[in-house]
Amino acid sequence: MDELQSLLHGFAIALTWQNLMLMFLGIVLGVLIGVLPGLGGANGIAILLPLTFTMSPTSAIILLSCIYWGALFGGAITSILFNIPGEPWSVATTFDGHPMARQGRAGEALTAAFTGSFIGAFFAVVMITFLAPMVAQFALRFGPPEYFAVYLLAFCSFVGMGKGSPWKTIAAMMLGFALAAVGMDTVTGQLRMTFGSTELMRGFDFLVAVIGLFGIGEILLTMEEGLEFKGRSAKIDARVVWSTWKQLPRFWATSIRGVLIGCWMGVTPGGATPASFMSYGVARQMSKNGHNFGKGEMEGVVAPEVAAHAAGTSALLPMLALGIPGSPTAAVLLGGLLIWGLQPGPLLFVEQKDFVWGLIASMYLGNIVGLIVVLTTVPLFAAILRIPFSIIAPVIIVVCAIGAYTVNNAMLDVWLMMLFGVAGYVFKKLDYPMAPMVLALVLGDRAEDSFRQAMLMSQGSLSILWQNWLVGSISALAIALLLWPFLAPLRARFKARPGAA
Amino acid sequence: MARPEDDDTGVVSVATMEIIVAALFFAFGALVMFDSYRLGASWASDGPESGYFPFYTGLIICVSALVLLVQGLRQRARVALSFVEAGPLRQVALVFFPALIYVGGIQMVGIYVASTVYIALFMVFLGHYTWLRSGAVGLSVGLFAFLLFERWFQIPLPKGFVERALGF
Repeated sequence: MDELQSLLHGFAIALTWQNLMLMFLGIVLGVLIGVLPGLGGANGIAILLPLTFTMSPTSAIILLSCIYWGALFGGAITSILFNIPGEPWSVATTFDGHPMARQGRAGEALTAAFTGSFIGAFFAVVMITFLAPMVAQFALRFGPPEYFAVYLLAFCSFVGMGKGSPWKTIAAMMLGFALAAVGMDTVTGQLRMTFGSTELMRGFDFLVAVIGLFGIGEILLTMEEGLEFKGRSAKIDARVVWSTWKQLPRFWATSIRGVLIGCWMGVTPGGATPASFMSYGVARQMSKNGHNFGKGEMEGVVAPEVAAHAAGTSALLPMLALGIPGSPTAAVLLGGLLIWGLQPGPLLFVEQKDFVWGLIASMYLGNIVGLIVVLTTVPLFAAILRIPFSIIAPVIIVVCAIGAYTVNNAMLDVWLMMLFGVAGYVFKKLDYPMAPMVLALVLGDRAEDSFRQAMLMSQGSLSILWQNWLVGSISALAIALLLWPFLAPLRARFKARPGAA
Repeated sequence: MARPEDDDTGVVSVATMEIIVAALFFAFGALVMFDSYRLGASWASDGPESGYFPFYTGLIICVSALVLLVQGLRQRARVALSFVEAGPLRQVALVFFPALIYVGGIQMVGIYVASTVYIALFMVFLGHYTWLRSGAVGLSVGLFAFLLFERWFQIPLPKGFVERALGF
């Protein structure tokens, strides 16, 4: 078992006092980010990324990935106590979590949510440990056409698995690609779409876009709803934790389904949010207490949390093994890798063993630290939520402005952040998906490079995407996913007239 | 008593917004295509030209924008759903425009002073806090940010005359 040996080596790297401190710090910051409206995993990490430039890559990724775990945990707190999802993936947690809190069972709901999160994350990390090296090994054989096909698959799956209008997904995604192309073309050195502006030569930084879209946009949305926090208080003590843990094994089937849904949706870029809804829906159908869902059923808290965490964690698998992130937050982490001078992709497992296995080991440790931290500090974070929004909102805008400025030390970025903020507000209200746009902005250059190289190999013929079974099957799957939503009306018509067929 | 933020007259319908956004997408896509065409969007002797990939990106944006535009026009005839009501829009504007002024302020007086003033004014006018409390919160955030970035992380942020007068 090579993986186990590498993992043990990873633990040796991750288990230093300094890294444990960073884990603790990261989790606390992450929960804070998850609890506050307007700050989420993606833009929270984007804001803090510049602070890690001077750290070693391993310490930096441990800090940032722990912020991510913390944010995943933190979303549940606001959902259950305040009926306000702190993160989109904890929307489904409000359905049963908040009714439980109203019945005075907030402690149980929180314990169930945190433990469910932990279980989901744990199984996803186990999967990453064994599957990621295999995927990376396999991907070493990939050439430019294969890579482009994988990018195509990743983006087409947004269209195929998205819930809203496929045209909106395509438009938002292509906007990301177009923005990624702005600036100097690395191959020919020509300036694209800068229209004579020297400041635009740098291009659009996706970190600025993330801070604007998710940060400022979210603040504007929250302001519109005229948010007033009316929360339930919660006390978690050892007795509540113990009695909840004794009930949890009953939900083993729901948990397994949640883990499977989450891992699948995380690896393919479906993301944590649809995974949590799907898991909740499946649990409601399959559970014998299904009719009680929505009225404060513990199983209805466990199901979405397990899936959301499994998805959030397994989104790191394609990022590590292929260099293709499965979620906006994973995309920000990938941006971090590039800034620290690491080349994401399968070679990472060969050339940067310490980094990869240090990160994987820190996922195990980070989630254990996370579980302990959230179980012990809930009252503290609930108290933070009682700070009125008219204090929190300007402070978050200030934090976002500082974060946008530090990306490139440029004022233009702060103005762009405001522009992206308006875009984020309008997109959110009109159901334009933002995840594919952010991923396109991050991967645009790499996708274009692999496309160009593939085209060079074939002298401009698209047939290279079908030249052998490997690239051919990836491309075919991508096209199938792309066409899927457009076939839906046909499928519906076919179903409506079964006799006609 | 009716509060201004409870005003629920629709300002703009969802369909109108859909049309506006689709039109903006179309314009953007056209701009991308135009600039890519200028750079050369075809095949040169040494491979694809600079505008090759972006040209098709722009084309796809234009096509999907057209579809969304038509869908928006058809929706406009059928349903009149409100995108935002007057009251909530007022709230959003109350946050957004001061934030724009704040960003302008960063450029003029530096980020620390601008942040202090912005937080304090936000609390006074939107949160109805006393000047004393608002000033205290604003000042402590500003000071903390200053220490955090200039001292501990040594990341220089935009500074203005106040910092210069104090010798930074």
